[in-house]
Amino acid sequence: MSRGTLIDLIYLFSATTFLVALKGLGSPKRARYGNAVAAFGMLVAIVATFFKYVDGHALHHVWLILLAMFIGTIIAVPTARFVEMTAMPQLVAIFNGVGGGAASLVSITEFVHIKSTNPATYVTLEVLLGVLIGTVSFAGSAIAFAKLQELMTGRPVTYPGQQIINAIVGVVALALIVTILVQGSTLLLWVLLIVAFVLGVAFVLPIGGADVPVLISLLNAFTGLAVAASGFTLGSNLLIVAGTLVGASGILLTRLMSKAMGRSLSNVLFSAFGSNITATGASSVEGRSVRSGSPEDIGVLLGFASKVVIIPGYGLAVAQAQHVLRELADELEGKGVEVFYAIHPVAGRMPGHMNVLLAEANVPYEDLLEMDEANSELATADVALVVGANDTVNPAATNDPASPIYGMPIIHADLAENVIFLKRSMRPGFAGIDNELLYNPKTLLVFGDAKDTLTKVVAVVKAS
Amino acid sequence: MTNVLLQYATVLVLTAFVGTEIIAKVPSILHTPLMSGSNAIHGVIIVGSMLILGSANTNLEEVLGFLAVILATLNVVGGFVVTDRMLEMFKGRKPQPKPKAKSDEVAS
Repeated sequence: MSRGTLIDLIYLFSATTFLVALKGLGSPKRARYGNAVAAFGMLVAIVATFFKYVDGHALHHVWLILLAMFIGTIIAVPTARFVEMTAMPQLVAIFNGVGGGAASLVSITEFVHIKSTNPATYVTLEVLLGVLIGTVSFAGSAIAFAKLQELMTGRPVTYPGQQIINAIVGVVALALIVTILVQGSTLLLWVLLIVAFVLGVAFVLPIGGADVPVLISLLNAFTGLAVAASGFTLGSNLLIVAGTLVGASGILLTRLMSKAMGRSLSNVLFSAFGSNITATGASSVEGRSVRSGSPEDIGVLLGFASKVVIIPGYGLAVAQAQHVLRELADELEGKGVEVFYAIHPVAGRMPGHMNVLLAEANVPYEDLLEMDEANSELATADVALVVGANDTVNPAATNDPASPIYGMPIIHADLAENVIFLKRSMRPGFAGIDNELLYNPKTLLVFGDAKDTLTKVVAVVKAS
Repeated sequence: MTNVLLQYATVLVLTAFVGTEIIAKVPSILHTPLMSGSNAIHGVIIVGSMLILGSANTNLEEVLGFLAVILATLNVVGGFVVTDRMLEMFKGRKPQPKPKAKSDEVAS
C-alpha cells in the first residue's frame, strides 16, 4: 500500500469518527464520549498529515507548522477552560469565526500558490466561494462576538437604505467572483477579500440580541461550507465530508431555531427585528395596574405549591442567578414540591443556552422540559416562576394578530394557577413588545435583581 | 467537469443527507453542545492549513499559511475543549440529589 493510500484510509477513519461524534451528541449520556471520539479522530488526521506528500515532496516548514500549532494551543486551551460559562455564546462565536478565517486563508493561499506555480491555470469557483464564505463567517462572527461581549450595542444597528446597500455589496461580491473566474487576477482576489469582509459585517449588524441564536448557528454552517469548499480546492475528501456535515447540520439547526420563533429565516436575518417597536411598547405601559409582591410573598406562595414550573430566560444568565435558582428548587423539592424547568428553544443567546446554564448549576437534565411537555405540565401547575424571560411567555404571540411576535410558539405560563415574574423593571423584553401577562390578575411581579430576589426567597422558604 | 470533481460532488451530496439525518434526532437540550461540537469538527481545516503551509513557496504563502494554522488550531483545540467542558456539566439525577455544602454561601 502506498503512503498516499494509507493516509487516505486514515482520513476515512477520521471522517467516520466525526459521524460517530455527531451521532453520540443525540443523547446526553453518550455525548461526551462522542466528543472525545471526534477529538481523537482529529488528532489522528493531524498526525497523518505530517507524513503526507504534497506536490511530490514531504511537507516543508514542519517546524513552522508546529510553532503555529503551539501558539494556537496556548491561546485556545486557557480561553476555553477558564472563560465564564455565561460567556459561552461569544466563545462559540469566536472559535467559529477563526475557523472561517482559516478556511478563507487556505483558499487564498491556494489561489496564490496555483498562480505562482502555473500562472496559466484557470481559477475555479470553489476557491473563490471558500474565500467569500469563510470571510463572511469570520467577519460576521467577530461582530456577533462584539455584540454578545457588549463591546457594542446588542440591538440591531440600522441605517437608511441598509438593505439596498447590503444587496449592492452582495452583488459586487458575486460580480467580482465572475470577473476573477474569467481573467484570474490576483489583485481582484484581494478586493474580493475586502468586499467579503464588509459583507460579513453589514450582514450581522442589523441582527439583534434575541435573534443571535439563529445567527450563530447559521455562521457555524457557513464555516462548514467554507471548509467543504477548501476541500474541493485541496482535493481532500476529509475536508469535504467534515465541512458538509457541519454545513448541513448547521442549516438544519438554523431552521429549527427560526421555526421556534415562528418566523422565517429571512425575517430573522433581514428585518432588523426589535429595532423600531420599542417606542410604542414602552408608551403603552403607562396607566395600567400591575400587582407587585415581595420576596416573602413568593416564598410563601412557593412553599405551599405542589407543582412549580420555572421558566428561565436570558435575564437569568445576565443576573448569574442559576445557582441560587437551583438552590431554591432543591429547597422546594426537599419540601415535597415538584419542580420542573420549562425551556423555550430560543431562550438565551445561543441554541440550548438555558440548558447549559442550568447544567452548570447541576440541575439534572431530566428536570428540563421542552416546550410542549412544559405546556402540559403548566396546565396543572400551581406556580409558574418566570425568571428573566419575557417574549417567550408573551400571550400576544397567540392572541394578538397585530403583534410582531404573533405566531411564535410560546410557553403558556398563564395556564398555571399563579404566575410570578421576576423582572428588573417594567421595560419590555428584547422585542420591545408590551407583555399582557404582566397585567394578568394572576401575576405577581417582583422587581429587582433576580439573584438578590431569589436569595431572599430561598431564605424565606428555608425558614418556613 | 472532471471526474474528480464529480466524485467530490458525490461525497458532498451524500454527506449532506447523512448529516441532516443524524442531526434531526438531536434533542434540543443538546443544541449548544451540538453546535459547539460541530464547531470543533470544522476545525478539520487545520489539515488544509498544514498542507498549504507545508507546500508554501513564497513568503506571502508562508505568512498566510502560518496564520491559517494558528487560526485553525484555535478553532479545533478551543472547539473540543469548550464542548467537553459543557458536556461535563450535563448530568442526570444523582441517587442523592442534594449537594448541600456546595453553594450555601450564596444563600447567606
